[in-house]
Amino acid sequence: MLYMIGKRSILMLGMLLGLLVITFTISHVAPGDPAALAAGPDATKEMVQEIREKYGFDKPLVEQFFIYVGGIFEGNLGRSVYTTRPVAQDLAVYFPATLELVIYSILFAIVLGIPMGVISAVKQNGWVDNIVRIISSSGVGLPMFWLGLMLQLYFGLQLGWFPLGGRLDLMTDPPTTITGMYTVDALLTLRFGVFVEALHYMVLPAVALSFPALASIVRVNRAEMIETLSLDYVTNARAQGISKFRMIAIYALKNAMLPTLAIIGLRFGWMLGGTVLIESVFDWPGVGLYALQAITASDFEPVMAVTLILGAWFMLTNFLIDIIYGILDPRVRARA
Amino acid sequence: MTEAPVLEIRDYRLNFNTFDGVYHALDGVNLAVGKGQSLGIVGETGCGKSVTVRNVLGLLPSPPAEVISGEILYNGKDMLKVTPEEMQKIRGIEIAMIFQDPMTYLNPVFTIGTQMIDVILTHQKALDRHARKNRKEAKAHAIEMLRKVHLPNPESQIDRYPHELSGGMRQRVLIAMALSGSPKLLIADEPTTALDVTIQAQILDLIAELVEDMGLSVVIITHDLGVVAKVCDNVAVMYAGQVVEYGTIEEVFGQPKHPYTEGLLKSIPHPGKPPEELYGIPGFLPNLLTPPKGCRFQARCPKAMDICGTPPKNRNNAAHDRTVLCHLYEEGFADA
Repeated sequence: MLYMIGKRSILMLGMLLGLLVITFTISHVAPGDPAALAAGPDATKEMVQEIREKYGFDKPLVEQFFIYVGGIFEGNLGRSVYTTRPVAQDLAVYFPATLELVIYSILFAIVLGIPMGVISAVKQNGWVDNIVRIISSSGVGLPMFWLGLMLQLYFGLQLGWFPLGGRLDLMTDPPTTITGMYTVDALLTLRFGVFVEALHYMVLPAVALSFPALASIVRVNRAEMIETLSLDYVTNARAQGISKFRMIAIYALKNAMLPTLAIIGLRFGWMLGGTVLIESVFDWPGVGLYALQAITASDFEPVMAVTLILGAWFMLTNFLIDIIYGILDPRVRARA
Repeated sequence: MTEAPVLEIRDYRLNFNTFDGVYHALDGVNLAVGKGQSLGIVGETGCGKSVTVRNVLGLLPSPPAEVISGEILYNGKDMLKVTPEEMQKIRGIEIAMIFQDPMTYLNPVFTIGTQMIDVILTHQKALDRHARKNRKEAKAHAIEMLRKVHLPNPESQIDRYPHELSGGMRQRVLIAMALSGSPKLLIADEPTTALDVTIQAQILDLIAELVEDMGLSVVIITHDLGVVAKVCDNVAVMYAGQVVEYGTIEEVFGQPKHPYTEGLLKSIPHPGKPPEELYGIPGFLPNLLTPPKGCRFQARCPKAMDICGTPPKNRNNAAHDRTVLCHLYEEGFADA
């Protein structure tokens, strides 16, 4: 097991380096002069040149790359031309907001998706299964931002059950920053009213963001459960007298969880990318919204930093999934 | 047979409702196993051997399986009508089953110990709802059972996963698991088909030894006539969902009555017999979606007559329980 974790960690470092090279290359080869944009439309050539030198845009690409990588090791992700603050500082504010949203979304998708998949598989072709299948196919098909807008229109505007956007009411004082995640911070500082309010604001964006993940978790889990329940060892367990509930909840589910886990990992990674859409719909001040602003402003360094974080996030979740895989499946441990 | 049989199957008809139509899998199967006796069921792949015994423990999913008529009597109790609770007290405790492929009949993500202990605890609970779970005792019992099936080092093997064991070892584990509840009747569904020839002999010896030891009644399903000759008292020859001949080993193998049995015995290869002289019954199994009217073997039968277009009746030999399903013996037959 330790050997497996070590091996995967080294692999991950290599991939991270590759990611650095790719993001750097793409952003620096792309057309558009960031210095000119930062200087504004009325700037003189001298002013543009000054900015170019200040941010180091005039140096050769390879040198810029090493400066960039060196900076990252010092925790320096560059400076945003648009917000004029260091990117690391910006991310410290925006990333926890996004992380909070993503965690609630994936939890929602898992807690709802796995039982739905199991019930749907056990009662195959029954009415529960049919409803679940409609939800799951629409979840894969519907664009997330559209779903977000519809939720906003119906539950926000029409019924008024939930706020339209943001993380807290404008008049509410955010909890003291400890983790940057409002619900966690509110609990840590014992402000339960704020906790409930933050949760209330969380519902619509989290549901919208989790829907595609929920759909694919249900689909994979359902298919795997149906397959597993038809396998020989399930027949054997039944012949030995193992109860139906135990067989489904333990014998079959542990096996069916393996592919489901892979999908959870992938979706957890994708979700962070999905926040770009959801955060703009729900005006959620997170990394997605930050990245969107940076992209429209051709602001290289925040875009690179966000890409890097998304990539690292993706790798980290897959790394964790690999480890859980090893815990669940002895054959994976043996092969690693 | 003077004593009442342990297991008796009477006029058992079963269909599978498939997309292509109704598959007439079993057509009037009659079988009986006496106390302490062993019955072999032989026949080609797809003739309904496994299907006949699966529902003794209610293991055929319905749909697609549909019982048309008949009863499966275990000590006088119809197993097709027992409640799930009653079935729970029979599976593994009264009747145990072992299967064809030891590679796929153990759950890959649990150790064999976990699976065996689970089965043992389930049996205890089925017999006494208030029994306290004692994992330690159950583990000791599991090790005891593994020793009984001659698995080397059961104390350390018990913590292994199925993929770490060989096929023969797994079949031993499955036998140990099946016999852990001290059943009275063992149903072995092709227990040696998936094993190497040398291992086959070992497993057969083991089954014969355990049967003797525990005073079990046994049903062995196989397409290997040698296996039947080695371990069984009686044999039932099945063809296309019907028992075409039934009697003691000496009777059936010594003086086969049914043309199919004759063909089957003739097609056994003998060492020293040149391969070009190998005999095969010409033709194929009939399609049971549209079973032939009358005798199901008529198209392949060397002795087919006009009357074979009408269904034959079972012809009993008055003195013995020997039956033949063939028009050749309309007038009865002489004692062997």
